[in-house]
Amino acid sequence: MGDTTTKPDPITKVSVIISKGSLEGIYPGLIMANGARAEGIEANLFFTFFGLDAIHQARHEHIKLATVGNPGLHLPTMAGGLPGVSSLMTRYMNHKMEELDIPSIPEFVEMIADSGAGMYACKASVDLFGLEKNDFIPQVQDVITVGEFYEIAAGGQIIFT
Amino acid sequence: MPTTTVAGVAVDRNDEGFFTDPDQWTEAMAPELAAAEGIDTLTENHWTVIKFMRAEYAEKGTGPTVRLLGKTSGVSVKELYQLFPKGPAKVAAKIAGIPKPRGCI
Repeated sequence: MGDTTTKPDPITKVSVIISKGSLEGIYPGLIMANGARAEGIEANLFFTFFGLDAIHQARHEHIKLATVGNPGLHLPTMAGGLPGVSSLMTRYMNHKMEELDIPSIPEFVEMIADSGAGMYACKASVDLFGLEKNDFIPQVQDVITVGEFYEIAAGGQIIFT
Repeated sequence: MPTTTVAGVAVDRNDEGFFTDPDQWTEAMAPELAAAEGIDTLTENHWTVIKFMRAEYAEKGTGPTVRLLGKTSGVSVKELYQLFPKGPAKVAAKIAGIPKPRGCI
């Protein structure tokens, strides 16, 4: 540990894990990874469990906001469960984000890949859901095990979202 | 706020190396500023980005983010990271003599 007069070492590498498949579960990890690259920090993204939807060819355009069990939304759980409410709230949120020029999830993932970040899918989850590598967008480099993840993440910080 | 000399001229820059007064910047300073960031030669594409940064700052009072650069500067995100591997918006702002852009995306 450094003494109080020296600045802490800057972060040079991060590995961001995205484990949730909701809109609010996916965006934070993407923002962390993109922000890291913008600062010149090496970044890798790992998609596991329902987070795989963020890189799934057929699903990543249809990511929805969770309107049930999401107290931050300040919507009664019963109302959040009514048919169409999740779609409606998702549309509203997407519209707000578009106004702020926040890219959609497919566009954001592509941009982060273009920034040079690595993209990987978790093997255990891929097997669990009966998926294959070609179910994912072409930016996904590989389907890897947890051990391989730790090898790739070596020497950096790990952020779990 | 430390005063440093760039291309033989005294300029004001903050601790991170960003100009605090963009009016002190001249094009002649860019190669020296770029070299300090590890960029030995400024190509035409580098200049496209640098000039875009200056124009955006002059118009909006803040530098563009990588996302905006990729969408509107004519240089793709992929190329931007090849030109400025340590962070396009951040490094280009430093070379262009404008403050660090503050966007999150």
